[in-house]
Amino acid sequence: MSAAAWTELLERARGGHVPSISRLISGLESRQPGTSEVLTDVYAAGGRAHVIGITGSPGAGKSCLVNALLGELRGRGMRVAVIAVDPSSSLTGGAILGDRIRMQDHALDQGVFVRSMATRGRLGGVSRATVDAVAVLDAAGWDTVIVETIGVGQDELEIVRIAHTTAIVSVPGLGDDIQAIKAGLLEVGDIHVVNKADRPGADRTAAELTGMLMLSDLRASGWTLPVLLTVALDGTGLPEFADALAGHLAWLRSSGELVRRERVAAAASIRAIAKELLIERIQDPAVGSRFDELVEAVAARRTDPTSAARILVDGVARPSDLNPEKTL
Amino acid sequence: MTDTPIRVLLAKIGLDGHDRGVKIVARALRDAGMEVVYTGLHRTAAEVVATAIQEDVDVIGVSLLSGAHMTLFPQIIELMKEQGVFDRHILMGGGVMPDEDVETLKELGVQAILGQDTPPDAIVECVRALVLARQRTV
Ligand SMILES: Nc1nc2c(ncn2[C@@H]2O[C@H](COP(=O)(O)OP(=O)(O)OP(=O)(O)O)[C@@H](O)[C@H]2O)c(=O)[nH]1
Ligand SMILES: [Mg+2]
Repeated sequence: MSAAAWTELLERARGGHVPSISRLISGLESRQPGTSEVLTDVYAAGGRAHVIGITGSPGAGKSCLVNALLGELRGRGMRVAVIAVDPSSSLTGGAILGDRIRMQDHALDQGVFVRSMATRGRLGGVSRATVDAVAVLDAAGWDTVIVETIGVGQDELEIVRIAHTTAIVSVPGLGDDIQAIKAGLLEVGDIHVVNKADRPGADRTAAELTGMLMLSDLRASGWTLPVLLTVALDGTGLPEFADALAGHLAWLRSSGELVRRERVAAAASIRAIAKELLIERIQDPAVGSRFDELVEAVAARRTDPTSAARILVDGVARPSDLNPEKTL
Repeated sequence: MTDTPIRVLLAKIGLDGHDRGVKIVARALRDAGMEVVYTGLHRTAAEVVATAIQEDVDVIGVSLLSGAHMTLFPQIIELMKEQGVFDRHILMGGGVMPDEDVETLKELGVQAILGQDTPPDAIVECVRALVLARQRTV
C-alpha cells in the first residue's frame, strides 16, 4: 500500500471505522511499506486518551479484572480499547493469545475494542508495536486505552512508563507476589489492586502492601496510593477501582504531573524504539560480512569485544542523523 | 513483511462443550510459529466476525460439531460481507459434515473444511498454504 493509502486508512480509522483501526495497527506492527510516513499524523491526532497500564504476576486475574473494568467504564459512558500483550515463544515465535477469552462479555459492544498482541521477541518491554497501537487507538478517539502486560522482570516495567496510570494486580498470600512487587513493581504502581479478595488472606496482603507503600516516592509526590480489594469474577470493588483510575487522572492534571509523565513516556518510547531499530540494523544482512570480520578479529584477539561492538554500532547508527539542524 | 507471524482466530461455535480438539490445534499452530487467538466455547457468528476484525487475523478457523454448519457458515459469510472484510480473512471450518455440504460451503467461500480426524500437522500445512496462496498485500 502507498503512503497515501495509509493516510486514507487513518482518516477512516479516525472516523471510527473499526476494520481500518485494526489494519492500521497490523500495518504498523509489521512495518508495512508506507506506514512510517503515516505515523507522524497518527501521533499528531492523539493525546486525549487516558492510557492505563494493568500489570501483575501471571494468573493474578488481570484479564478478568479488565473485563469487569470494561463493564464499569462502559456504564460510565466511556469507550474503551484494550491491548492485551502476551509473550511469544522464544523457540518458535508463535503464541497463544489467551487474554481475550476472559473479556467475552463485551465481544459485541461497539464501545469496546480488544486487540491481542504477542511480544514477537522484541527486546525491551515497551515494544514499538505496543506504543504505536496505543497511539492509533488514541488517534481514533477511544477515551480510555488499557494495556495488559505480564509484570515479570525489568523489561515489562518499561511498559508502565507509557501509561498515565499504572495498576499493579496482586493476589492474597505471601511469597512470590510480594517478592515481585519488591523487585520493582512497587515503585511504578499508581494504584494497587489485591484481586481474588474472595480468597483468604486478602486483608492481610492489603495491609502488608500499604505498609510497604509508606516508603514510596510516589506518596511523597502528593498522590495517596490506594490499595483496593477486588473480586474480578463478581465485580466487587470495581466501582472503587474505576473511581481510583479517574481520581488519578484528575490528580495528574491538577498537579502538573501529567506533563512530566508525558515527557517520561516520550523518553521511554524513544529509547525503547531506538534500541529496537539499532538491533534490527545490526542484524541486517548487509552488516553481516563486516560482522563476520569483527568476530574473526575478536576470536583472534586482534581486538576486544567492546571495541568491536563500538565499530558495529557507530557503523549502523549514522551519527549525522543526530544533526541538531535537522528540524522536527 | 515476510517474517510477520500468521495470525489465526480459533472459534468454537454452537452448543457442544468440548474444546480439547481446538486446544490441540491451537498448540500445533503456535508451535509452527503462528499467533493464535482462542475465543473459548459457545461463540456466535456475530462474535466471531467482530473478533476477527479487531484481531485482524489472517485466518478464521471455526470448529463446530453440532450439525448447524449450513446455517452458521452462511451467517458468518454474510456478516463478513456486510462489514467489508470477506476478502480480508480466510475462512476455514472443522468438524463432521456430509460431502455435499462441504461442496456447498466451499462454493459459498469457506476455503477449506477439515474433517474431525485431520492431524494437527495437516491443519498447520493447510493454514500455511492458504495464507501463502493469498499473498495478502495489506
Ligand atoms: N477466586 C477468584 N478467581 C479469580 C478472580 N479473578 C480471576 N480469577 C481466576 O484467575 C484465573 C486467571 O485469570 P486471568 O484473568 O486469566 O489472569 P491473568 O492475570 O490475566 O493471567 P495471564 O494473562 O495469563 O497472566 C482464572 O481462572 C480466573 O477465573 C477473583 O476475583 N477471584
Ligand atoms: Mg491475562
